[in-house]
Amino acid sequence: MTVQLIAMQLFSGLALGAVLIMVALGLSIIFGMLGIVNFAHGALFMVGAYAGLYVAGLTGSFWWALLIAPVMIGLFGMLIERFLIRPLYGRSPDDPLLLTFGLGYVLVEAVRIFFGTDGIPFSTPGALRGVVNLGIGFFPLYRLFVIGVVVAVLLLLWIGLEKTKFGLIVRAGSADPLIMRVLGVDISRLWLVVFGIGVGITALGGVLAAPMRNVSPEMGTLVLAEAFVVTVIGGMGSLPGAVIAGLIVGVSVSMTSLFAPEMATIVMFALMALILLVRPNGLYGRAAPGL
Amino acid sequence: MTNEIEKLALRPIGRRAALIGLAGVAGTLSMPWIARAQAETIRIGFPTPLTGPFAAEANDQVRSAQLAVKLANDKGGIAGRKVELLVRDDKLNAGEAATRTLELIEKDKVHAVVGALSSAVQLAVNEVTRARSMLYISISQSDTINEIKDFSPYTFHEALNPTMTTAVVAKHSFKKGSKVAYLVADYAYGHEMLRGFKRAAKEIGAQTVSEILHPFGAADYSTFIPTILASGADILCICNFGRDQANSIKQAVDFGVKDQMKIVVPVLLHNQRLAVDPEVFEGVTGGANYYWGLEETVPSAKAFNDAFRAMYKGTIPTDYGAYGYTGVASLLMAIEKAGGTEPQKVIAALEALKYDIAKGEQSYRKCDHQSMQSVLVLESKAKKAMKSDADLFKIVAAEPASESVLRTCSELGFKS
Repeated sequence: MTVQLIAMQLFSGLALGAVLIMVALGLSIIFGMLGIVNFAHGALFMVGAYAGLYVAGLTGSFWWALLIAPVMIGLFGMLIERFLIRPLYGRSPDDPLLLTFGLGYVLVEAVRIFFGTDGIPFSTPGALRGVVNLGIGFFPLYRLFVIGVVVAVLLLLWIGLEKTKFGLIVRAGSADPLIMRVLGVDISRLWLVVFGIGVGITALGGVLAAPMRNVSPEMGTLVLAEAFVVTVIGGMGSLPGAVIAGLIVGVSVSMTSLFAPEMATIVMFALMALILLVRPNGLYGRAAPGL
Repeated sequence: MTNEIEKLALRPIGRRAALIGLAGVAGTLSMPWIARAQAETIRIGFPTPLTGPFAAEANDQVRSAQLAVKLANDKGGIAGRKVELLVRDDKLNAGEAATRTLELIEKDKVHAVVGALSSAVQLAVNEVTRARSMLYISISQSDTINEIKDFSPYTFHEALNPTMTTAVVAKHSFKKGSKVAYLVADYAYGHEMLRGFKRAAKEIGAQTVSEILHPFGAADYSTFIPTILASGADILCICNFGRDQANSIKQAVDFGVKDQMKIVVPVLLHNQRLAVDPEVFEGVTGGANYYWGLEETVPSAKAFNDAFRAMYKGTIPTDYGAYGYTGVASLLMAIEKAGGTEPQKVIAALEALKYDIAKGEQSYRKCDHQSMQSVLVLESKAKKAMKSDADLFKIVAAEPASESVLRTCSELGFKS
């Protein structure tokens, strides 16, 4: 085992971490801001990939798919919030959880009906094919692109939340919705937008994952588990937590792959159990808001 | 009591008795439920993973099995009886499969079970059918099920098994001195394929340079690839199934693995090739029980394809789909020969059966009930070499049925 291989394995881990962050972001935002555990997360991720496939088929371009599909599914997410989730606010947190859990099944079945049960090819866009020599080994250009997109999305989110008036209201709203209402802020509209953004980012994750993992109705099943692990380790609802957790999980998986590859999936869950023992709210978690 | 029945049966038929008999026949005709009870429908249970990562292959199995049933019913049924297929979703879960199979036997009163697509699930079905003395045609690859400890006199193996598949694939892709890296799904199917390949490699003189077990159903393979690339292998042998195959090959190709080594798989899956672009699978070599392109040389393949096209709007049967067809069709042939569904007679008929229904001559070996059949070696075509969307593979070799690629009966623990 050479130093080069270990370095390469470390880098693969960080790159996988970026993918995992992308996969978990939507779940984390929606929980952090609205306190809703979105069990339809994996299904929306998958629907995002199919929307990307559909747009790419219409326009013949991956780039349009990357742009339009998340907006489409984000709007769809807003419909879900407005008509399904909003009536449940103020009730037990189990209610939206059960609702989204069922919604996940409905979405998967709907996709099976309209697109079939078989996997569908999703080509890596021409400009992003091939490998890049990193000095320690070769790495697919597309995966480097995904890392870039993740960094960009995180930056935009950070600016949006920390540097804009909208972000200020959102943060205040998630901290104390009652006071915000008293102050005359229309919280419902705010939550509608936040839910839409969360779902849009989830769909973006789906489109980005499609050229790596192929597109099938079940592609979201594992994603839901991955996203939960990352969100729980990071601390439910904490963005910096999700980032750190994504990277830690990525590197753990990668290093396990080197020494005991058959344990590569299990290690995520073992890590989660371990961290929860030491820090019950996750790395950056506050006590869960509103629960 | 028995004596009286015998006496009745042996009594010469008088005029009065004949009249009573005629009245009986007339009565039966006017009372259709009794007629139906006499020519009871032949019910075949068919557990298969309709949902989950093998859904594409499972649905093809169902379509092909239904074709076999339709063809039988179109020509007036089997031994004068209608045939019915009872499809159940085993969800790719051994416990679920066992429950569904038990239900099929106890509640639906099936006469035989055909099915299961995963080796582990198939072993669970076999446990149930063995305990209930129920006929079972297995249509998933497994080596374990051939061995004496899992043997059931009621079970017949229509699918290829890992030993024969890997022996033939290795013969056409490994060379003396080849350096082979293995990426293997960590469950029965992967383990058995790996064992088969390594046995074949030893005989050929190929060398193992890396052996990686990956979790079943993994979504991301990127973290396994650096080790593979660093191994200096010239062949990457990927032993997994269903979507794992498409995903792992896609990601390996993204990492440039194909520039350094040839990718070999035990079974080159029709549906998984369709799930990715042609250039991803281009040059990948693997085995198969069936490929529709056989129709150019094998008349029964042509007949099977044509019947399938006629029933399913011009589409073609796939590899795992064909198992559904040959499994059900061979069973029905045996039932016809046995004149009914009496298990011992059907077993005798299956053991004696020579059948050519989709891919050339097949027969069940007496000791372990393994179907001896041809093994195909396929290579995935480049996009420019494809004459149509269905023109996926080139047939590199079609090894005829032979016991030489199987473990011997005594190796499996059977006394000769």
